[in-house]
Amino acid sequence: MKIGIPTEIHPGEKRVGATPDTVKKLVKMGLDVVIQAGAGQGAKLADNEYEAAGAAIAATAEEVWRECDIVAKVRAPMRTETVDEITLKRPEQLLISLIFPGHNQELLAELAGSGGSVIALDQIPRISRAQKMDVLSSMANIAGYRAVIEAANHFGSFFGGQITAAGRTRPARVLVIGAGVAGLAAIAAARSLGAEVRGFDVRPAVKDQIESLGASFLELQFEEQGAETAGGYAKTMSPEFIAAEMALFAAQAREVDIIITTALIPGKPAPLLITKEMVDSMRRGSVVVDLAAEQGGNCGYTIADRVIEVNGVTVIGYTDLTSRLATHASQFFGTNIVNLLTDMKKGDDVVLDLDDVVIRKSLVVHKGRVCWPPPPDPETAVAPPPSAAPPAKAVAPAKSKGKGHGHSAAISSSTELSGLIGLAGTMLVLGAVAPPDFVQHFAVFILACFIGWRVVWNVTPALHTPLMSVTNAISGIIIVGGLLQAAGASITVGAALGAVAILFASINIAGGFLVTQRMLAMFRREGA
Amino acid sequence: MLTNVATVAYLFAGVLFIQSLGGLSNQESARRGNLFGVAGMALALVATFALAAGTAGGASVWAMLAACVAIGAAVGAVLAARVAMTGMPQLVAMLHSFVGLAAVLVGLSSFVAPTKELTGAEHTIHLVEIWLGVAIGAVTLTGSIIAWAKLRGSLSGKPLLLPGRHALNAIAVIGVFAAIVPFIQGTEGLHGEAAMLASTSWMLLLGMTVVAGLLGVHLVVAIGGADMPVVVSLLNSYSGWAAAAAGFMLSNDLLIITGALVGSSGAILSYIMCAAMNRSILNVVFGGFGTDSGSPATGAAQMEGEVTAISVEDVAELAMHAKNVMIVPGYGMAVARAQHLVHEFSKALRSRGVNVRYAIHPVAGRLPGHMNVLLAEAGVPYDIVLEMDEINDDCPDTDLVLIIGANDIVNPGAENDESSPIFGMPVIQVWKASKVVVLKRGMSAGYAGVENPLFFNENTDMLFGDAKDSMQALTAALNQS
Repeated sequence: MKIGIPTEIHPGEKRVGATPDTVKKLVKMGLDVVIQAGAGQGAKLADNEYEAAGAAIAATAEEVWRECDIVAKVRAPMRTETVDEITLKRPEQLLISLIFPGHNQELLAELAGSGGSVIALDQIPRISRAQKMDVLSSMANIAGYRAVIEAANHFGSFFGGQITAAGRTRPARVLVIGAGVAGLAAIAAARSLGAEVRGFDVRPAVKDQIESLGASFLELQFEEQGAETAGGYAKTMSPEFIAAEMALFAAQAREVDIIITTALIPGKPAPLLITKEMVDSMRRGSVVVDLAAEQGGNCGYTIADRVIEVNGVTVIGYTDLTSRLATHASQFFGTNIVNLLTDMKKGDDVVLDLDDVVIRKSLVVHKGRVCWPPPPDPETAVAPPPSAAPPAKAVAPAKSKGKGHGHSAAISSSTELSGLIGLAGTMLVLGAVAPPDFVQHFAVFILACFIGWRVVWNVTPALHTPLMSVTNAISGIIIVGGLLQAAGASITVGAALGAVAILFASINIAGGFLVTQRMLAMFRREGA
Repeated sequence: MLTNVATVAYLFAGVLFIQSLGGLSNQESARRGNLFGVAGMALALVATFALAAGTAGGASVWAMLAACVAIGAAVGAVLAARVAMTGMPQLVAMLHSFVGLAAVLVGLSSFVAPTKELTGAEHTIHLVEIWLGVAIGAVTLTGSIIAWAKLRGSLSGKPLLLPGRHALNAIAVIGVFAAIVPFIQGTEGLHGEAAMLASTSWMLLLGMTVVAGLLGVHLVVAIGGADMPVVVSLLNSYSGWAAAAAGFMLSNDLLIITGALVGSSGAILSYIMCAAMNRSILNVVFGGFGTDSGSPATGAAQMEGEVTAISVEDVAELAMHAKNVMIVPGYGMAVARAQHLVHEFSKALRSRGVNVRYAIHPVAGRLPGHMNVLLAEAGVPYDIVLEMDEINDDCPDTDLVLIIGANDIVNPGAENDESSPIFGMPVIQVWKASKVVVLKRGMSAGYAGVENPLFFNENTDMLFGDAKDSMQALTAALNQS
């Protein structure tokens, strides 16, 4: 099968649906890859790199659309003065791209009209298995990082505090609103530049995630149930909650230098969180980056795709943050597509398997028929929210204390005491009845057991195998018994038995010591 | 005078043996410790020869003894030089059986030709000592041979469970103890080797040796492959007790001391191994998994989630970009003989500045400390090889865990699923790490027959295939990029 990657025609779009690296993977899957000349230009990827990875180069978009069974791209198909992707789409062709069918119903109808099938990457369900193909997550991660970089670019001060001969500065204060993938990426990026970061989210469950990145979590003294939808996204909150939230933001605006907002509610315009008054109250030189600009913005001053300055405060409304990091964005996007195709591939063909929940949810046009919104799912395949993370608490399992040093703790002191008393009793009885010679040997025996017990507990577990082989060797001491038995005046049955014992005991002595030496020589320190 | 000198020499040899075991407390002093052991042995032999020289007869006897020592030492040296580190369990088991054999032979010899004439209670005690020494020796001998065969793979690792096996064991043990009375009575008034060999007591002794031998076989065939660390430790202990018993019958303190040292060493190892599996020694020896409690995995909780496979390239990518990587080897690594490749991989990672460490569970492998020896053989520096207790707290800070041929020792069910057969067993908490990759041949359950919920975790991926091939591909992928 042939898969084609056309050049993106959306103005300002620098990403591309495949990189030489992902082309390699597609080729390895057995697909023929056709890429439009110059498709990777925006992402700084040259045609010859694609060719080296095994792709064929097509001169025009028409050629790509005409020749391929599958077309994979970033943006939803559109019309420009030179190219009309919607008309170029052939019947029987599978298109894989972002579609956002919620906002683009007309496009959906048109695509259905031109036949074939369409997979909307943005509709891939948020289940754990599909994480590897979730472009929204992979792109949000990039947008969050880039938002911090853009903020730093427009911010006239350091992020990290400085202590120099020329004076000292305090670290920048950054507020990140919304701790989804983008928000968390922004927190991490701002932290690694050295800023003091605060995070806010309506879902209290993300507190741990925010704190794990070294930011502080701003808490509202307010109880709100179920801020999270089944898909792990935030939902609209009650008016009381919003009032408390706005008071918090107003206070924060006076304190912080940078505000990064990432609040989106699926299928609805972005909530207004940072009012014009709040921006006006910010220090001159402060920066607001609004990642929700495309959906109307979280900030009152935001104008999509523009950077504006009001009273010395910069408000950034870029909607192409991922394009501003086009190389890696294309890499992640392309990998998401590769992962999707890998799952769809059955034998030599790429198959639309409607029994697969990922395909059922993301297939918005099937054989010329619109099938969005998808039919409700009988078995609700919902991913556990990322915060309700796996490991259940351990139910206090018995802990091993059989470690090199804890030997006295290994046996409880009461058992130890009763054991000793029992032993003393036995020895007293023996002492009363047994011949003195035996008692003397028995005393030696008990003493040796105790020494052995003490000494062996100190052996490091790493050397337990050498311990066994060296005890093999020294238990060859039974050779002494053999010698005493065999060294009679003449060769008798008893002496012969002793001699055989000597033979085997010698094997033990030589074998045990030598193999121990060989093993111990292997244990080396680093660099030794 | 000579006897006194020999006694002092024996005492000093005992001290050297204690030093030798004490030296193993850390890797630096271990080599010196082994030399102490050699010195102790040399001292003991010289003293014994001097002692025996007084009673020994002609040159022919001496020649025979020298030949025995020379042949034995040569065989031992060859074994030691040839054995592969993966074959250490077999060698150790084989050496145990030799000690058992020597104890049996010395016991029999001591019966037919006692070194000194004893009477009354001392005579009776001597006979009891012989009886017990031979019994323990015989159990050690045959038990070790079976363990050796199982470890080699000549015998199936599956437990062989005869019907009424507990009754059989009980009958054998009772028989061994009951026959001691006629054995003692049968020797009354007998003197000289010929008379001893003709007595019914001799027949009883030989018969008992056979019964004890069968008991040894039966005990060990009933124990499964993964319990071998315990069995080998236990036989290690027995071999010590057998030597100690020989010491009693010959009134030789050095044998008693050494036997006691080895016996307690084996006992401690057995205890550690059992604690690491949260099982009692009786449970290991008498009740295999799933034999007393119906079918094995019935109680285990339902598995949720899905198993995801991962490619070699992706694992290499993950490893390269991780800060902390933990490698958990298990018996599977030994089987695939992958330790050298694992080392190559970790070396390549470390040269890129990744902090790679190894986590060793006490019962990983078929011998206590087996994994440490394999890794040491491959050249892994021992300071990055850590014990479970040392490294468990670091799991949450680990970016990537690679599990190579291990299963039950990383099963989270042991901590949180009370219905799991291995519940309560201490395990390495790999699931707390950010990412876990399991190298495994297929989806089969571990030795305990328990499903591992780890494989179904969201942050766990499986790299299917032979451990050796996978490691080779991983190292290649690492070196290419």
